Amino acid sequence: MKIFKIIFKNAFRHKLRVFLTIIGISIAVMAFGLLRTVVTAWNAGVDASSANRLITRQAVSFVFPLPYADREQIAKIPGVDVVTPFIWFGGVYIEKKNFFARMACDPETVFDSYPEYLVEKENKEIFKKERNSCIIGEALAKQFKLKIGDVMNIDGDIFPGRWQFTIRGIYKPRDKTVDATQMLFDWKYVDERMKQDSPERSGLVGWYVVNIKDAAKSAEISERIDTIFKNSRAETKTETERAFQQGFVASSGAIITAMNVMAFVIIGIIMLVLGNTMIMSARERTREYAVLKTLGFQGGHLIAFIAGESLIISFMGGLLGLGILFPFVAAFEAFMPKGFFPVFNIAPSTVIIAASSALAVGFAASIFPIQRALKTSIVDGLRHIG
Amino acid sequence: MANAITIENVSKVYQRDKMSVPVLNDVSLEIQEGQFIALMGPSGSGKTTLLNLIAGIDRPTKGRILVGGTDISTLSETALAKWRSSQVGFIFQFYNLIPVLTAFENVELPLTLTSLTKDERKRQVELALQVVGLSDRMHHYPKQLSGGQEQRVAIARAIASDPSIIVADEPTGDLDKKSADEIMTLLTRLNKEFQKTIVMVTHDPSAAERATITRHLEKGDLLS
Repeated sequence: MKIFKIIFKNAFRHKLRVFLTIIGISIAVMAFGLLRTVVTAWNAGVDASSANRLITRQAVSFVFPLPYADREQIAKIPGVDVVTPFIWFGGVYIEKKNFFARMACDPETVFDSYPEYLVEKENKEIFKKERNSCIIGEALAKQFKLKIGDVMNIDGDIFPGRWQFTIRGIYKPRDKTVDATQMLFDWKYVDERMKQDSPERSGLVGWYVVNIKDAAKSAEISERIDTIFKNSRAETKTETERAFQQGFVASSGAIITAMNVMAFVIIGIIMLVLGNTMIMSARERTREYAVLKTLGFQGGHLIAFIAGESLIISFMGGLLGLGILFPFVAAFEAFMPKGFFPVFNIAPSTVIIAASSALAVGFAASIFPIQRALKTSIVDGLRHIG
Repeated sequence: MANAITIENVSKVYQRDKMSVPVLNDVSLEIQEGQFIALMGPSGSGKTTLLNLIAGIDRPTKGRILVGGTDISTLSETALAKWRSSQVGFIFQFYNLIPVLTAFENVELPLTLTSLTKDERKRQVELALQVVGLSDRMHHYPKQLSGGQEQRVAIARAIASDPSIIVADEPTGDLDKKSADEIMTLLTRLNKEFQKTIVMVTHDPSAAERATITRHLEKGDLLS
């Protein structure tokens, strides 16, 4: 008979209590994982941002446009590799709830600027030539069962009217952190229509993405861009893509902090649940520990018995929690409005933190019962009733 | 015959909060190898304390205890634990079996601390259970056994590692008369057939009659 067998048998001595403890731990681990996944999803844009991409936008606010003519001046700055314009198009696809990013861009340069969007060469070429074509992300295509050649009708709001786009390519994300829910189409297509319908809105873009050759020079180049347009009608604010994304996330900073705190409060709850079970178990077995000591078992054995039992329970709770986390996250994502979180994956770090926290809590929960079992003398232990 | 146990001027004082409670007063006793001694006395007379000191699960405040020539009062906790596992077999009033282990596993428990192989352990456990007449119950859990059977498993556990001394604290205290007689017959057999030195604490005069010698304690003093 091995020590492990005794530990295992002890762990399941009170089946209902252990079952409830395991369920409690698993729910806590699942809740921790879900909260961390939401926080990770919120920060996905920041995490996916490139160090050598800058964002140049209107200094007053992101909602004000910049002249298309600025592009050439930015491109001339030494160290600048690619300058590509974007417009947040908005609009409605079928129903208002179908939210995803619809952006007008420059087909010539957009995939040079975003190499993480993987598109077939021939699709890119058609996209460059065909004015009303669009390229959509793989996840978006899957969500709406779209394929190359299909037509997407968008009812414009920022840019009024009905807009028709033919899908000429579907981009794949390079990895899980890349948003695969975007729709990209030609800025010129939008601009030409603006020239006819609202001439005062033509020749404008929302922001520029500026790829630079050396990420170390981002501050210097940002300053040079903003200096060029100082005192112009559209002063600019240039910052790294990471800082730009963080600006978005910062507006929800308090919520994210609260969720992060909650995630770690949950770990505390696991510890209390398991600690309570272990303290009850150890108290009930005071006499048994005394008997074991009488038979010649020593401190190390008692530590192994108690910590082992606690670790088995926490391991099983953690395992079950991670097991239900994946379907639960999938269900949560399905429940959320489509495209609310373009990237919603359980990060490996979440799994590692959840699993290691469960085990660490398992060990921590056994410390007090171990201390008590070691401190209680054999004589006092044998007298114990309960 | 040589002394199995020598108790020299042993006193024991317990500290309860700020109070000193004397339990044994300058007790001296010699127990020879192969003796079966019964310690009797009223509650609080110090008999269980004396038994605990002999078994090495408590330490005297004063005096020394030699068991098989070893002064156990000077051993470290680790050395004392090893000594207990090899030299002493314990029988408790309430059996103190581990409820999640079968009779076989309970008897095997002290043997897991030895260097015996699995097969050797199995042979020894089966032999011990055979001696107590429970070969047919070795895969039963304690809750599936009667009180008398549980105590017999406890006796098998006590003799499994072939100790030289067996200490028994009220071994019949929780049993009906028939079961108590069976247990006492078993202990007598262990003493006579297997030459085990047995120290037993009891309130029961009929149990004490089975011992070869009876000593009385009163208020911490060893009488006649």
